[in-house]
Amino acid sequence: MKLPTFLHEFGIPRLLIAVFLIGLFGVAVATHMDLKSLISDSIVRVGRNGILVLALLPAIQGGIGLNFGLPLGIICGLVGAVISLNANVHGFAGVALAAGIGVALAIPVGAGYGWLLNRTRGQEMMVGTYLGFAIVSMMSVFWLLAPFQNPTLVWAIGGRGLRTTLSLGGIYDKVLDRWLQFTVGGIQIPGGTLLVFLGFCFLVWLFFRTRMGITIAAARSSTQFARAAGISDERTRIQATVVSTVLAAIGIVVFSQSYGFVQLYTAPLLMAFPVIACILIGGATVSRATIGHVLVGTFLFQSILTVALPVTSQVIQGDISETARLIIQNGMILYALTRVGRA
Amino acid sequence: MPSTAPALELRSVIKEYEGNRVLKGVSLTVAEGEIHALVGENGAGKSTLMNILFGMPVIWETGGYQGEILLAGAPARFRSPAEAMEAGIGMVHQEFMLLPGFRVAENIKLNREPTTPNPVSRVLGRTLESLDIPRMRADAKRDLHAVGLTIDEWAPVAGLPVGHMQFIEIAREVDKEKLKLLIFDEPTAVLTEGDAEKLLAIMRDLASQGHAILFITHRLDEVLAVADRITVLRDGEVVGTPDPESTTVARIAELMVGRPAAVKAQRRFFAPTTEPAISMEQLRVDMPGERVDDVTLAVRQGEILGIGGLAGHGKLGIANGIMGLYPAWGRVVFGEGLYTLNDPRYALEHGLAFVSEDRRGVGLLPEESVELNIALSALEAQGRFLHPSPIQALRLLNHRAMRAHAKELIRALDIRCTGPAQQVRRLSGGNQQKVCVARAMTLEPRILFVSEPTRGIDVGAKQRVLEILTALNRDQGVTLVVTSSELAELRAISDRVAIVYRGKIAAVLPPDAPDAAYGLAMAGESAQAA
Repeated sequence: MKLPTFLHEFGIPRLLIAVFLIGLFGVAVATHMDLKSLISDSIVRVGRNGILVLALLPAIQGGIGLNFGLPLGIICGLVGAVISLNANVHGFAGVALAAGIGVALAIPVGAGYGWLLNRTRGQEMMVGTYLGFAIVSMMSVFWLLAPFQNPTLVWAIGGRGLRTTLSLGGIYDKVLDRWLQFTVGGIQIPGGTLLVFLGFCFLVWLFFRTRMGITIAAARSSTQFARAAGISDERTRIQATVVSTVLAAIGIVVFSQSYGFVQLYTAPLLMAFPVIACILIGGATVSRATIGHVLVGTFLFQSILTVALPVTSQVIQGDISETARLIIQNGMILYALTRVGRA
Repeated sequence: MPSTAPALELRSVIKEYEGNRVLKGVSLTVAEGEIHALVGENGAGKSTLMNILFGMPVIWETGGYQGEILLAGAPARFRSPAEAMEAGIGMVHQEFMLLPGFRVAENIKLNREPTTPNPVSRVLGRTLESLDIPRMRADAKRDLHAVGLTIDEWAPVAGLPVGHMQFIEIAREVDKEKLKLLIFDEPTAVLTEGDAEKLLAIMRDLASQGHAILFITHRLDEVLAVADRITVLRDGEVVGTPDPESTTVARIAELMVGRPAAVKAQRRFFAPTTEPAISMEQLRVDMPGERVDDVTLAVRQGEILGIGGLAGHGKLGIANGIMGLYPAWGRVVFGEGLYTLNDPRYALEHGLAFVSEDRRGVGLLPEESVELNIALSALEAQGRFLHPSPIQALRLLNHRAMRAHAKELIRALDIRCTGPAQQVRRLSGGNQQKVCVARAMTLEPRILFVSEPTRGIDVGAKQRVLEILTALNRDQGVTLVVTSSELAELRAISDRVAIVYRGKIAAVLPPDAPDAAYGLAMAGESAQAA
């Protein structure tokens, strides 16, 4: 089947999703819904999830594929967040402290994860998934036993063990969202979070133009070539994993401040899946991704999630948005896996 | 001695790939009970001939072939390997096609098992019949005996020595009742000397049992040892059918390589010294298919040293070993001190560069731009084309410097591309090769290893690439080590040509030595030095 070039380059799945999204907006308009708040919500969610999606990019560029082990980095960020909350640090300083501790933890964790992936070459996605599952469960024990004392964090009864959901209200709830917030035609834009997201996109773009970044991408393209150029591809894969894990740690801190809650225990368990669906919808493959894929994919997927719930509840009784999310999310991942090796 | 009815007859077989004639009317016959050896260099057309005989799809996808094939007197035109097998052609491959987890007898009888009906199969069909194990074992035993192997036919294949696997393959082919022609494609390439001799003995044995055998090999002494007839192929033509009784290895080698040069000889401007630039002592390289066993060779400062030899003898292993791409052992002296083997980075940092024979795999990043491909090695090994930064690893790419450099080389080497940003995979073979050379030049090496510089590129580009290489030597004094299967080219540009035979240097000859001397060296029958 021959398709016009522009269609082929845009990608059929991406096209279908975009048409679906436009359709949803169409229904929203037809049913006289508050379009402005829908768009505003979509943009908030783009900023909220953006860095987590971006975290996948170094892993794909480094030849590890879709980083299903994202929960590792997320947990590092969560530990940072809990420590900063326990110390009762408010505002920007709190976010910075949480992210800082998260990064400090994510570097050794990412290196260890990368080492493991080098020993299980060819099965990175499977190993990442199960490692993520195992670590999330292990950390559930940690959350329960960790010696945090701050009464706002631990269970009220018994006084031990962290709560499943920690509210950030009054601490650093939406600090970045509110910073540089502005309104365009009645649509509220969380300037700070978007700025931070775009800032990190720029940094990652820059990273792939440094010696280390170029080396990582070259080793991904051809192992033999890398060897001949004196590059150890085991080392570049570890570097890519570390960068990915670090971004995931920062990503979850930004996510939490925007969401207003820190979610512990099994919350990170399935977090990798919607994030992976984002970058795939953006047009990335298991072996190639760009910043553009991150931006487009995050916008398309998060918008659908935002718009689908109110729209479907208007049209039919009951909620099918969760069902739609699962179909799109897992369908996208499945589709991407069938394309492996064809690029 | 051969009987009268030919098992196989080829009548002026012609095959073209996109206008490129790779078989120009090949005729030969293999009689029953005869071993017919087919020899020729890489690219002579042997594989194409095999593909035709075996009905490989690639032949039909590219427009089929002309000419006639007669199998035991009946015209045959195989559309698929299954058809060829059905008609009675058996093939022994150089890579073993055996199931390691299955037993020897199971492998031999696979898909041809004797079976007995049982109640289930009576209802559901033949595929569910029980295996007749005793008969399978008896058949396998008989086949193994025919190939002179005394192993338990019920042993699993997995643990057997490599040598045995080849014999099991042969046993499997012999087992086929309708077998009319047995093809041995480089069967001894992976065997030890002892096993190779045993294999040749079995081939003779099979021939005396009346089997017709077509034997394809690079090892000419083996040809003389077993063949009843010899056909030498060169550039798709039969160039000779020497009589094995009276011919010599050197004569066959001469026929195989004696081709006129496709390029003009280069006049020398730069006088080489006798100072060694790099000298190898007892170099051993474990490169699969191109193993180097014991090479002692000094490369002189400022010379162009050619390395030639037949495929599979290890000429390609030398450069790959020195550059650290395959495990290597031995003493290598470089400049003042000892050279560190098995470390590609060391090589690059000490003024060595390599243009690989594997252009698409090792040589290029096909998805990346021309400019990045040119700059990457120097960027990586020498930190060039980068902005300064306090952290070494995070130095930013200096895109402008990289582009300027790429433009300069694109002009100097006449690389035909739409610009420095074009993807390398969109370039033609010759231009890709120029990009590889450009990358090596960017490293500003003192010694440049170039393997198969003209493989797979058109005639005009060949001349240009060789000119670029000689200019590099002449104008910048770069010591060149050129490895090539094209002996004529080597002789046109080199100061000396080393010929590799079975992983060792057979001779180092001046480029104007007689063809016969080269023929002898390639057959391993000379040790005279230049």
